[in-house]
Amino acid sequence: MRFADLNLRLPIAEQERRQAEELIKRSAELGYSSIGVPLPVEVSQEEIQDLERICTDYDLDLIKRGDLKPKNVRDLLRLLRVLRGKREVIAVYCDSKLAARQTARDHRVDLISFPSADPRRRFFDFAEAELASKASAALEIDMAKLLMLDGLPRARLISNLRREVAVAKKFDVPIVISSGSADKYLLRRPQDYASLAYLFDLDHQAAVKALSAAPFGIVDRNRRKLSPNHVVPGVRIVRGGEDCQGV
Amino acid sequence: MRHRYVSVKIDSEQDIDRWDLLNAVSNSLLMLFGEYGASLSELALIDYDPKSNHGIFRCAHKALEMVKASVAAVTETNRKKAALQIVYVSGTLKALRKKSTE
Repeated sequence: MRFADLNLRLPIAEQERRQAEELIKRSAELGYSSIGVPLPVEVSQEEIQDLERICTDYDLDLIKRGDLKPKNVRDLLRLLRVLRGKREVIAVYCDSKLAARQTARDHRVDLISFPSADPRRRFFDFAEAELASKASAALEIDMAKLLMLDGLPRARLISNLRREVAVAKKFDVPIVISSGSADKYLLRRPQDYASLAYLFDLDHQAAVKALSAAPFGIVDRNRRKLSPNHVVPGVRIVRGGEDCQGV
Repeated sequence: MRHRYVSVKIDSEQDIDRWDLLNAVSNSLLMLFGEYGASLSELALIDYDPKSNHGIFRCAHKALEMVKASVAAVTETNRKKAALQIVYVSGTLKALRKKSTE
């Protein structure tokens, strides 16, 4: 079975290439076949190619991810216009209710994430889930936070995740589990993440899906859309040239 | 009482002994599931090889999911960064050792 970690926080700068290589190597050892790396808007094509080359050396597929942290709805729409055509996965970190609602409504968004552990700043309720379900957006669960916190803050986070997972299940919103880590000691095997998902009542089968079928579904869909052969949803060019005339 | 045997691989910044490993997993179990949960698990470290960095835990079969989550949640041993990976789970020690040597 293939597994993907859609949020490996690799350092992009050239002077940190060794650290990036160490993380890529670790991901390959842990059993992932694809890694999603958040790439800032200003990253150069050479830097992306360098990362792709390192990933190829370790038999990994690099997924280009864009992370958006909009301040308001207008900011979200502007950032989506800039990044949607350049990244294979778009994740939005929602810090306000209005931005969260617009995020869930927008078909260009793939992953909805809530960075705050404060339950008042996590807006994944019934209304949000219904919108996300219609727009085919997935709920992202960042496991690094779960590992880094302890005591009462972790108990609160687990409680929030349990509620969000139940809401996502009710509205058929896909769930994606990702590492969200830049530290090799916070990376875990996909099966170990599935074990951790027991804490927020996600059964083993659903957790495995959140690490394999769900992320690959998003990536495959977006790669098709970004392909030059894509015309509109459901229509793509399968053959071109003179021999197609009169067909 | 039915048991499960869990083989674990340790990746740490420093060399650790069996007590560090047992403390790390026990503390993680206590933090996540409390004293009641820890009492149900009947966790014991029955083998540890510092050369290969592999350990074998035994737990009550009903507490297997709790123990697996606790192992995966370990982030440090003896105040140094560490990560534990579950390699195999088996119902008997003999089957676990056989799987490990394959």
